[in-house]
Amino acid sequence: MTKFFSLAGVSLTLAMLAGCGDSTPSAKIGLNVELTGEMPAVGASAKNAAELYAEQVNAAGGLDVGGQKFPIKLVIADNAAKADQASAVAQRLIAQDNVLAMVGPNASSCAIPASSIAEALKCPMISPWSTNPKTTLNADGNGSKQYVFRACFTDTFQARVLAKFVMNNLKAKTAAVLYDVASEAPNGQANLFRETFEKDGGKVVSFETYTTGDRDFSAQLTKIKAANPDVIFLPAYYNDAPLIAQQARRLGITVPFVGSDAWSSPEIIKLGGADIEGSYFCNHYSTDIATPVAQKFMADYQAKYNQAPDDVAALTYDAMGFLGQAIKDAGKLDRQAVRDALSKIAKFDGVTGSLQFQPGSGDPIKSAVILQIKDGKFVWVANGAP
Amino acid sequence: MGEHVQYAQQAINAIQLGSIYALIALGYSMVYGVLTMINFAHGDLFMLGAFACLLIVALIPFQLPFVVVLLLVMIVIGLSGALIERLAYRPLRNAPRVSAIITALGCGLLIENTTLSLSPYARPMPQLFTSTSYHFAGLTISSLQIMIIGISIVLMVALDLFIRRTKYGMAMRAISFDSRTVPLLGIPVNRVISITFFVGAALGGAAGMLYGIAYPIVTANMGVLIGWKAFVAAVIGGIGSIRGAVLGGFILGGVEVLSVAFLPSTYRDLIAYSLLLVILIFLPNGILGKPPVQKV
Repeated sequence: MTKFFSLAGVSLTLAMLAGCGDSTPSAKIGLNVELTGEMPAVGASAKNAAELYAEQVNAAGGLDVGGQKFPIKLVIADNAAKADQASAVAQRLIAQDNVLAMVGPNASSCAIPASSIAEALKCPMISPWSTNPKTTLNADGNGSKQYVFRACFTDTFQARVLAKFVMNNLKAKTAAVLYDVASEAPNGQANLFRETFEKDGGKVVSFETYTTGDRDFSAQLTKIKAANPDVIFLPAYYNDAPLIAQQARRLGITVPFVGSDAWSSPEIIKLGGADIEGSYFCNHYSTDIATPVAQKFMADYQAKYNQAPDDVAALTYDAMGFLGQAIKDAGKLDRQAVRDALSKIAKFDGVTGSLQFQPGSGDPIKSAVILQIKDGKFVWVANGAP
Repeated sequence: MGEHVQYAQQAINAIQLGSIYALIALGYSMVYGVLTMINFAHGDLFMLGAFACLLIVALIPFQLPFVVVLLLVMIVIGLSGALIERLAYRPLRNAPRVSAIITALGCGLLIENTTLSLSPYARPMPQLFTSTSYHFAGLTISSLQIMIIGISIVLMVALDLFIRRTKYGMAMRAISFDSRTVPLLGIPVNRVISITFFVGAALGGAAGMLYGIAYPIVTANMGVLIGWKAFVAAVIGGIGSIRGAVLGGFILGGVEVLSVAFLPSTYRDLIAYSLLLVILIFLPNGILGKPPVQKV
């Protein structure tokens, strides 16, 4: 019994000592990202971009807050692309690690529950990549959340851009949709696309679903083939879309595929190969039409990580930049002050273009681009202006 | 596409999916038959089959024929299955059933998370088999589908012959009939059980490799959902019965595909599993299962 108590006592002391390790004052920013699970490439990009930003700021001495310079300290945690883990991580980062603000999650399924927690605990949150409108809207549908912002456009805008592209550029009158009913972003994108496409005069001839983790889509694709659409809309993440494309081609479906920004990881080319070639998708920025600011970011990212940054990396870099600007404007390391500073910024020029915020809204007005997968690369095809 | 052609196409899809479920369900039924224990690590052995294929192709510098790779994968995963039995399940042979099941779950999680830590990214499967699509009468069948269905049938028939025509097969059936008397007759129970696990795991590994070739993205958690579905299939067919596992696999594959064919695809899992629930209500031991006999 005494052995047990002494062991318990030693472990408790060690735990307490481990707890009070870091005493240098710093701007603690939490990173709630998808490092394992369905989309590890997304989390890796976000982590890389955030670390690049922190490194650049810290090399210059840190963030200038109220006359004093504070280094940025990143607290990185993995949400495994699961909603429950994202909530747990948000809780831990905000309540236990006492971060000043949280960047992420990226996947809308994770960002939506995490945003409820950030809002309840009054901690500013910026999602770099979550496009589902629900992330910044209150759960009851009335009004926007006060503490949640994003660095990207929303699905309402994206659906409009895609529907217009499909109608005008691809000259398609009918479309089929296949999406993951259990995942927030694809679900929202599919429904908004159908709404917008039909309002513009198009017809959705087949609207099929599957669940996260499914690999066999032959039944749904057989139905889609029978409906004979001009184009197939696949708002899936980069790990699902290649399988769907491959099975569709094997079944003899020849019409083009159109995807959403969920496709944007270069992993999709590695996993999709010839079957995904020629497909179009909507994205947040294009390396082909990069501004000087974007080109510098791309060069720095390439030099540090030996790969080109994807849109998640670019958006995370912008989210960090936006947050950094707000921390400087706030003048103190206080969540409420940072939140007020975030809501006062009307325009932030970043790597992915200019983020313009309307007062009271955490959703920036931004342009989109349509890219095509050609010869194993993402090629710019068209712009989608708001 | 005419109505009849569409149904025929869906039937082909159902048979392909069903044969993969059947191969995995066999592993569950075999182990349950001899040990009255559900090997919950089986789904992860399936996943290891796909990874083993990746590794073998990556490590061997020259091009091996498809069948050779399949046999190698089956041997490697079979040995892994037998190893797990030796290390994790044999010490618990006389422990309460619950302990063995929890250990199985733990083994599965261990395999899954070790693989996840070594390979967190989805990996593309190497092109071991170039598939050509055949179109006739409006139907499209790929040589890949034919190959998967063919190999599954060959493996199932081979297993059936093994169980019914060989001494070890007879020993397995004897152990599942009455495990306490068997050692008294001079049958090496431990060896037979190891062989059972070897065969069951080999089939699961083969299924994993075939699945990886059909749906060529390999992730560490690909075995979880499939494992549970194949377990359901084994129970529906009658857990412990080899023929029941095959039947259950095809029923599950068929129900999943046909519920998408005839109803909105969002209701697939609801319909499929409600139907299976109804089957179990009327046939609690599964379709080909036998109620456990209490011998005095």
